[in-house]
Amino acid sequence: MIAWLLEPLQFGFMQRALLVAVVAGTVGALLSCWLTLVGWSLMGDAVSHAVLPGVVLSYIIGIPFGVGAFVFGAGAVGLIGLVRRTSRVKEDAAIGVVFTGLFALGLVLISRTPSDTDLSHILFGNLLGLSTGDVVQIVVLGLVTVAVVLARHRDFTLVAFDRVHAHAIGVDPRRVEALLLGLLALAVVVALQAVGIVLVVAVLIIPGATAYLLTDRMEPMLAVAVAVAVLAGVVGSYVSYYANVSTGGSVVLSLAVAFVLAYLFGPRHGVIARYRTARKPVAADT
Amino acid sequence: MTVLDVRGLSVRYGEVIALDQVDLQLGASTVCGLLGANGSGKSTLFKATMGLIRPYAGTVRIREGDVRTARRSAAIAYMPQAEAVDPDFPITAREVVLTGRYGRMGITRRARAADREAVDDALARVGLADLAGRQIGRLSGGQRKRVFLARAIAQDAPLLLLDEPFAGVDRGTQDAMTTVLHELRDDGRTVLVSTHDIAGVDTLCDRAVLLAGRLLADGPPAEVVTPEVLGRVFGIPPVREGEAR
Repeated sequence: MIAWLLEPLQFGFMQRALLVAVVAGTVGALLSCWLTLVGWSLMGDAVSHAVLPGVVLSYIIGIPFGVGAFVFGAGAVGLIGLVRRTSRVKEDAAIGVVFTGLFALGLVLISRTPSDTDLSHILFGNLLGLSTGDVVQIVVLGLVTVAVVLARHRDFTLVAFDRVHAHAIGVDPRRVEALLLGLLALAVVVALQAVGIVLVVAVLIIPGATAYLLTDRMEPMLAVAVAVAVLAGVVGSYVSYYANVSTGGSVVLSLAVAFVLAYLFGPRHGVIARYRTARKPVAADT
Repeated sequence: MTVLDVRGLSVRYGEVIALDQVDLQLGASTVCGLLGANGSGKSTLFKATMGLIRPYAGTVRIREGDVRTARRSAAIAYMPQAEAVDPDFPITAREVVLTGRYGRMGITRRARAADREAVDDALARVGLADLAGRQIGRLSGGQRKRVFLARAIAQDAPLLLLDEPFAGVDRGTQDAMTTVLHELRDDGRTVLVSTHDIAGVDTLCDRAVLLAGRLLADGPPAEVVTPEVLGRVFGIPPVREGEAR
């Protein structure tokens, strides 16, 4: 068993993959908690798809892909807000228009780029094929994101819970939300190479949604979300190595399995527990 | 000193006039009832007082400064309506009350001993010391209301805005909250309480104002809450002498 676990670790690519799975999982999991609570899951989906043209342009110009991805991710958030504020189109439609438009722009750019071998890596991730440079970029951005989250997490929770109170005590909810969306764009960049554009949104939703089914407190929720994401990252990497299947796919599938387990067996909010409490007579609550 | 000074306040939502030339001055040590039917502009007046909406005309000043300054110094405490709160949010009663102190904390909102003391004290005053660790969804409706009252107390603000604090709470909770609000008044606070339920206004409030877009009446509760005025505003026919309820 131990040999089975250690064998892949002798390879550099597997060490890098596990490191990135842990970093990307942690970053995505932290943000997923507030995205779940605020109801911004679709925003995570939008930002992750909208970065595609940024990534392609970065390859063409020859700058770190994270720069272009961040510019387009943050730009998509701004565009969505602009369309929503300046027209009668509602937010979900604005999100749909902006992200599919930008994603399509990315596809068109890829088809005109001479070296299009990286397309599947961008779309579906390349966790087992990361270079040291990629890893450095991911770890640095990941640490920055985690540091900002740790410093400002109480304001995120404040605004997610009660915007009006936040406003009344002198906090500008829009600024806090803008910071959260900026971090969301950074998180997309961090998780992009691990699981790919198409599945990044899973890392930004499933850990938080799973933890939400398992706890009633914010700080445990953050811890559980991170644990779920890291575990799924490691399990997914091993499954991918031994079964020779898509790494991004196995990581996200592991996340989905974790969610299903929490959904079924969550001690208080799982469907089985809910079914049992619903049949028991409720004790009077005074 | 005038704690809340509203002059000629008009608010429009597109073509709809929500508030029309409202004047309201509140001094310290006052509990003022803000009466009006649904859609009478009570919430709009609160929003304008917190700077959440821009007035079409008129001004709101708090302690002789503008709203922005008042917000920055955490001088306005707001207690939301029950429906405005997500009961499934993973937060405990104590953590909610602690957010009342955030305006006084640094950028990371790390609580100091004084903050924790203020939170414990506020929870004790509303009778929730024993339930402080409960997630808010596992409190009764009345207990949840008291959590938000405790948050306002912990904030230690001179001006408290309470949005329908008695909607759906039992008699015991209403009495307990009335006692606490009187203590706050005696301590020099200004409390503005919106309600569409006139029962209890005379015991709770020193003053009542009646709102229906415009300010229709302003004075001691006994003078404002008269059958004629209420009939006009709420569409309730005056109860005649000898007609028992």
